[in-house]
Amino acid sequence: MEMGWRWDFTIEILPQMAIATLNTIIAAGVGYAIALLVGLFFLLGQRTPFRIINWINREIVEFIRSTPLLIQLFFVYFVLPQFGITLSAWICGMITIGLHFGTYLSEVYRGALEGVSKTQWEACRALNFSTLYTYRRIVLPQAFPIAIPGMGNYLVGIFKDTPLLSTIGVAELFHAATAVGGYNYRYLEPYTLVGIIFLTLSIPAAMWVRKLENDVNKAQGKIKK
Amino acid sequence: MPGFKNLKDNTLTYFEFLNEHGVTLLLGTVTTIKVLVCSMILYVIISMIFGLMRLSKNLAIQGIATVYIEFFRGTSLLVQLFWAYYVLPFFGISLEAFTAGVVALGLNFGAYGAEIVRAGILAVPKGQWEAAHALNFTPTKRIKKIIIPQIFPIILPPAANLTVELLKATALVALVTVVDLTFEAKQINSITWLSAQCFGTALLIYYIIARFALVPFLRWLEVLAARKVGKERI
Repeated sequence: MEMGWRWDFTIEILPQMAIATLNTIIAAGVGYAIALLVGLFFLLGQRTPFRIINWINREIVEFIRSTPLLIQLFFVYFVLPQFGITLSAWICGMITIGLHFGTYLSEVYRGALEGVSKTQWEACRALNFSTLYTYRRIVLPQAFPIAIPGMGNYLVGIFKDTPLLSTIGVAELFHAATAVGGYNYRYLEPYTLVGIIFLTLSIPAAMWVRKLENDVNKAQGKIKK
Repeated sequence: MPGFKNLKDNTLTYFEFLNEHGVTLLLGTVTTIKVLVCSMILYVIISMIFGLMRLSKNLAIQGIATVYIEFFRGTSLLVQLFWAYYVLPFFGISLEAFTAGVVALGLNFGAYGAEIVRAGILAVPKGQWEAAHALNFTPTKRIKKIIIPQIFPIILPPAANLTVELLKATALVALVTVVDLTFEAKQINSITWLSAQCFGTALLIYYIIARFALVPFLRWLEVLAARKVGKERI
């Protein structure tokens, strides 16, 4: 077997990797969309006036946050069929990523809501605004910019965790690299390519998130323009 | 379908399951803790070094640190692990699975930790630097005696979060054949197909380690650090 880097092999596998990259992006996007929604549900559980629901909600969030995503994936993928629910690897992966990162996003939402000054609430109360109106016109417009950086960070985070999906057989980038590598018994080029593709996608994304964060801080007057 | 493969086994009660496979899972847990401790030590050292390098006035040193941090934060941990285990042998460096796992985890989390250290150093009030300067401390002494002790109360809370993430990330070393808790759970699952019991128990063990060992330990460190610089935590 030839040892060094082989360009012909690299070019040969490039189309396959490009298609798999699309799958990775789709997985990250769909997983993120689900996580955004799930986060809202956990946020609701946190803010309901019932103590017991708050407590259960907190314990569930705590449990999901302190256990590995990998085993959660296995759990959903292998255990659901035992109860007669057979889902494809894709759907299992999306559900797990959604749940896992939903707990993180609920914390982002909570932080953002708490970031809105209490006096805003008091002012709305004094002006006799309804709760719904207060949320819609006063609180959420102020909370949303605070949440943006955190939300962006988790988008990048989900993107970087998508290779885990390959362990249950989702045909994303890392899965393709392992398959190509196993078939040709050459792992150098496929895995290096995966690394390069991840870098070229996630560094600009991270920079964009940082810029957003900066813009938000500026808009809120935390940094001088 | 997995569920049908071993119907007889599926009638095991949870207690019988633990009786039969509990020891194996516990042995896996020991390996997980070993991986956690080793990679924790490595990542703390790396974060300190690269956090300081990132703030260096020397552009070359700062550049090296920036490239390192961006590289390891920009790629996926799993890719780095597989690279360390499957690709490094191409360059004549064959690491054992355990070593490859610890090194990849240490390097990856070191990159995140370096950013925490950098932010922590920047958060030390400027007056402290100036006072140390005025007292004619050497640069090394200034960092070692004045700045570093003060950054701990600042960096420990975010570092605690990162360390819990590290515990979760240790599960990935199972994929490069380190026989840890995740590996054992997967193995038992492939023999018995008692998926709920295997992965459920593994999840529970991770949760217990995080909630009742790692987090209290990190909180204790936070209290200790706060006390050391005279900032009592309530």
